[in-house]
Amino acid sequence: MSSIMYERMRVNPKFQRLVRERGRFQWTLSAIVLVLFYGYFMVIAFAPDLLGKKISEGSMWPIGYTVELFLFILFWLTTLYYVYRANTEFDAMTQDLIKDAQDLEDTL
Amino acid sequence: MKYLLTSLVVLTLTGAAEAAGPAMEAAAKQATNWHAIIMFILFVGLTLGITYWASKRTKTTSDFYTAGGGITGFQNGLAIAGDYMSAATLLGLSAMAYGRGYDAYVYMLAFFAGWPVILFLMAERLRNLGRFTFADITSYRLNQGSVRTMAAISSLVVVIFYLIAQMVGAGQLIKLLFGLNYNVAIFLVGILMVIYVAFGGMVATTWVQIIKACLLLFGGTVVVVLAYSQFGFSLTTLFKEVEAVHKLGPKLMAPGNLLSDPITAISLGLGLMFGTAGLPHILMRFFTVSNAKEARKSVLYANGFVGYFFNVIFIMGLCAVVIVGQNPEFFEGGDINGKLIGGGNMVAMHLAKSVGGNLLLGFLAAVAFATILAVVAGLALAGAAAVSHDIYARVIRKGQATEKEEVTVSRIATLSLGLIAIVLGIAFQTMNIAFMVGLAFGVAAAANFPVLILSMYWKGLTTRGALWGGYGGVVSAVAFVVFSHSVWVVVLGYEKALFPYTQPALFAMPIAFGLAYIFSVTDNSAQAKAEKEAFEDQYVRAQTGFGASGATKKH
Repeated sequence: MSSIMYERMRVNPKFQRLVRERGRFQWTLSAIVLVLFYGYFMVIAFAPDLLGKKISEGSMWPIGYTVELFLFILFWLTTLYYVYRANTEFDAMTQDLIKDAQDLEDTL
Repeated sequence: MKYLLTSLVVLTLTGAAEAAGPAMEAAAKQATNWHAIIMFILFVGLTLGITYWASKRTKTTSDFYTAGGGITGFQNGLAIAGDYMSAATLLGLSAMAYGRGYDAYVYMLAFFAGWPVILFLMAERLRNLGRFTFADITSYRLNQGSVRTMAAISSLVVVIFYLIAQMVGAGQLIKLLFGLNYNVAIFLVGILMVIYVAFGGMVATTWVQIIKACLLLFGGTVVVVLAYSQFGFSLTTLFKEVEAVHKLGPKLMAPGNLLSDPITAISLGLGLMFGTAGLPHILMRFFTVSNAKEARKSVLYANGFVGYFFNVIFIMGLCAVVIVGQNPEFFEGGDINGKLIGGGNMVAMHLAKSVGGNLLLGFLAAVAFATILAVVAGLALAGAAAVSHDIYARVIRKGQATEKEEVTVSRIATLSLGLIAIVLGIAFQTMNIAFMVGLAFGVAAAANFPVLILSMYWKGLTTRGALWGGYGGVVSAVAFVVFSHSVWVVVLGYEKALFPYTQPALFAMPIAFGLAYIFSVTDNSAQAKAEKEAFEDQYVRAQTGFGASGATKKH
């Protein structure tokens, strides 16, 4: 029975759309985090002196600390954005899709 | 020296710095700390009360392993954060910020950055496909017997090594903070762990974790607010004073030598990021919530708490440079260029005493002890589930065991794990166990994670490929750790390490992925064909959550 339900959902164009849009969203955000994270590590490994400098003349804030504080905040904001979109837009699409498959069940 | 420092730091992050820190080992037993003991007794009383309450609600396997799926996203987020913010995080990272400044902050980010990726790529598929253990997912469309056995074995390897490291660390820490005898401390931790898990299952384990996370967040915040107020809550003032008095001067806030080698840095990043995504007790937390929506929220909250706490600890360490580092009272013989009383990891404790007196010191010590208890309870539960759910109920009894039998077996497994933890905790007391957490993370990243992610994302994975990948990952991760400096030279006493790096992930992960790939694509059996076809249904369920187990209970 559930195998038939899965089959119905799979052929529904809404499923294809959900998978495509959510997948793109997930991979984009992952790429942002991974590139920034490993990029930052590369700067630490290859240009450490830069990170120890102050952000401007007369300031006490080192570049490394400032950049990383920004990364902490940015990474958390990406999770906030993801959860917001997934829990509203994508979950609504999913519910719609399951309902389609169940409606088909009832009419048969 | 670099090897030592790097492995020390990894341990600090992963929960056993207490055990690894040479300063800690050398530390003498401290005078009995009554404030801490009274507060700790209050904590134990409260958690035992909760365990009693939870035991009445723990009847079925679902109650036992996942609290009936009725934990909310917010509660689960706190519990996950609790798993992350160990006593070692508080003590080890504040000490590292105190001694090495910016390097500590870099490690904090490495430990933090895995969570967004786990959220985007794994959280909802985990929740949609799994029920009690992550082996539910890897064996979803593959051979139940062999793949589950493999997943259960690598889970147990991770759990036992991690548990030993925690136990030895706990014994050392408790000796130091409370002035209790090492063996007494080990028995106390082992027995309480068994009681929480065997009687209260996941309900009690989760609540112990939540309470501890709140205490830790509260304690850390109080200390940092009191300390930071001495600098007028200004980072500029803090940086200025820290630079003026620290022996590294302006270099304190620049990259030190810990990450100068790119291979170690990348391998460490991979190991922390994907090791976390392969730890059985962390993965299990995704099944305690009712659906994917709550699973996502858990990670959002957990990530927020962890990020906040890391920043608090970093500021704490910097404040301590001025407040503790310039006060002769905290140094042996009153010499501020000498050793800190109690060893390097006591920075946070000294800071608490300096800004809040004996009361705050006692509170923070009690929180550190509570933290150890909560972490070992989570580990014991994950280990017990691998034995009772995967090996006993699914492999040996092939799904024919009754709920009652399975819960009984999981209680026996918990008791056995408790005994193993106590015996090995005592046996390893004087040994250098620095490699154990590295091993646990290495196996998690190289054995659990590759098979898990491939089973969710790659249609072509077959039973043969999963077994080669999984066992190949375990063997190569263990081999790299054994041949590395921390075991080959430090423990076994050979002249030179056969494997030049401290971190196995960068090398063991490609081996696992490669083996899983090669042995899957060359697998032309009829079984392999059926397994690939079964991916279609699994894929729809992973994406939609249709057919996933829901909540049976609210708490």
